[in-house]
Amino acid sequence: MNTFSFNHANEEKFSDLLERYPDKNSLMLPSLWMVQYQEGWISLDAMQYIAKKLECSAMDVYSVASFYTMFNLQPIGTYHLQLCKTLSCMLAGSKTLQEHLQERLGIRAGETSKDGKFTLSLVECLGSCGTSPCMRLNDDYIENLTIEKLDALLEELSK
Amino acid sequence: MMVKLVSKNFDIPEAYTLCVARENGRYASLEKLFKMSPDEVTTEVEKSGLRGKGGGGAHTGDKWRLIPKNGDKPVYLVINADEGEPGTFKDRQILEFDPHLLIEGIICSSYAIGAHHAYVYIRGEYVFWMNRLQEAINEAYEAGILGETILGNNYALHVTIHKGAGAYICGEKTALLESLEGKRGHPRLKPKGKEPEWFFGNPTVVNNVETIASVPYIINEGYGAYQMYGTKESPGTMLFGVSGHVEHPGVYELPYGTSMKEVIYDLCGGIKNGKKLKAIIPGGSSVQILKADEIDDITLDYENLKAHGSALGTGGIIVMDEDVSIPEVMKNLFEFYHHESCGQCTPCREGTGWVDRILAKILAGKGTKEDFDTILDACDMLNGKTICVFAPSVAFIAQSYLKKFREEFEALLH
Repeated sequence: MNTFSFNHANEEKFSDLLERYPDKNSLMLPSLWMVQYQEGWISLDAMQYIAKKLECSAMDVYSVASFYTMFNLQPIGTYHLQLCKTLSCMLAGSKTLQEHLQERLGIRAGETSKDGKFTLSLVECLGSCGTSPCMRLNDDYIENLTIEKLDALLEELSK
Repeated sequence: MMVKLVSKNFDIPEAYTLCVARENGRYASLEKLFKMSPDEVTTEVEKSGLRGKGGGGAHTGDKWRLIPKNGDKPVYLVINADEGEPGTFKDRQILEFDPHLLIEGIICSSYAIGAHHAYVYIRGEYVFWMNRLQEAINEAYEAGILGETILGNNYALHVTIHKGAGAYICGEKTALLESLEGKRGHPRLKPKGKEPEWFFGNPTVVNNVETIASVPYIINEGYGAYQMYGTKESPGTMLFGVSGHVEHPGVYELPYGTSMKEVIYDLCGGIKNGKKLKAIIPGGSSVQILKADEIDDITLDYENLKAHGSALGTGGIIVMDEDVSIPEVMKNLFEFYHHESCGQCTPCREGTGWVDRILAKILAGKGTKEDFDTILDACDMLNGKTICVFAPSVAFIAQSYLKKFREEFEALLH
């Protein structure tokens, strides 16, 4: 029994977008994003729902959803901390920040805290090399990161 | 040293709003544009020598000429804002500080190639920049700058933002189009002859953000004004992003041909904390590394860097001081390239991981001399045996790091 459906706003957005592309297949990524913003992650149910809408197979949707690293195929914490580990951030000390984060949160990269509040991920280049080290907190960039900045942030989020 | 053709409005407060943007010259080129024929616009861009600023450096006018004239299929313009090459953070400056410049460039370029719909493919992480551009697009629609008639001219143009989802390879133009078509971002085979790109079977041009943002200046001031800057082969300017161990990292608009030493020591204030320079990656992490003693004659243009065995790429300069471990740098890059290989071609999918594992072994102090040969063998298998240039670039990285810093790797052998 499929339990997923778009909410009203997404339903409207989907119809609007249909007008803007020569072929409805283009709505694959936008649809996956709509699901993720609606639910926080993308379930198999949701993929079947998209497949019906786009008139393709559920496997096609799964194949695409699993290719792109930003799609969460399982639930994640309320706060998704994505620390950049690529070269410019590494040169600016991202490894130290990673160790600090792991210690403070009591989880390793790739894990979610028991209370479901924090997920820590290591990600490849965020395109913030001139203001490295950099981390994303959900959709926001936090640049020129230091241990002090990180501590203040965690303090704020733990409230 | 700095020349502000594209970055002219970057320091003006709120230049991202339509009102301030217009006060500072945005959309001024459109009056001139619609008095020219599309062919004349293309010729102007061709004569300016404008080259693609996303990494490849192809001549923009040549790309536009590939679009068939009076064809029966719709034509599309796709803007590549999937900025993901490590060391590169220039396009986001345009999106953040002057999104109307990009929209103006999109209008000029679409008119030249006959496109009535343009897509801006932005990397999924750039949510702030995507919202900034979307607001600018909304303002432009409301003001009649986009839509069915552009400022009352008989030309319709729509612009849609398409959000990527975290795949480096989607910065490669054919993978980007596959992704835009709702598929995995797998690069396409290159055709034998020259032809345009195809979006759902329709002729399409894919251009980088900065390339498109350079077009209004050329229309406004003429191709001659653009050629006043830069070198003969690389006319104009480019936004260079400097990161790593310099006192003042950032984005600087410079004419091609500027000396690398001047950029690092004058503009960027030299190496951080008074250290010595060890190495530079000049054009984003996928180009060959240069040792400190190799940069004396380096100028920032396509031909000079090619002659010195590297490439200008995206202009993302990564600077490393004397304390940096080159084997660790190479390991970091191979983790990146292994993670980001799209997996379509076996040599790339397997080879990048193989080299990554060997580097891990060397760094753990368990490496042997044979490992160097294995890496170089793997490079032979990566180079020229895959669909896109991802694997060859990775092979060149490995070869240049091992050749130039061999003693550092050998010091780690047990």
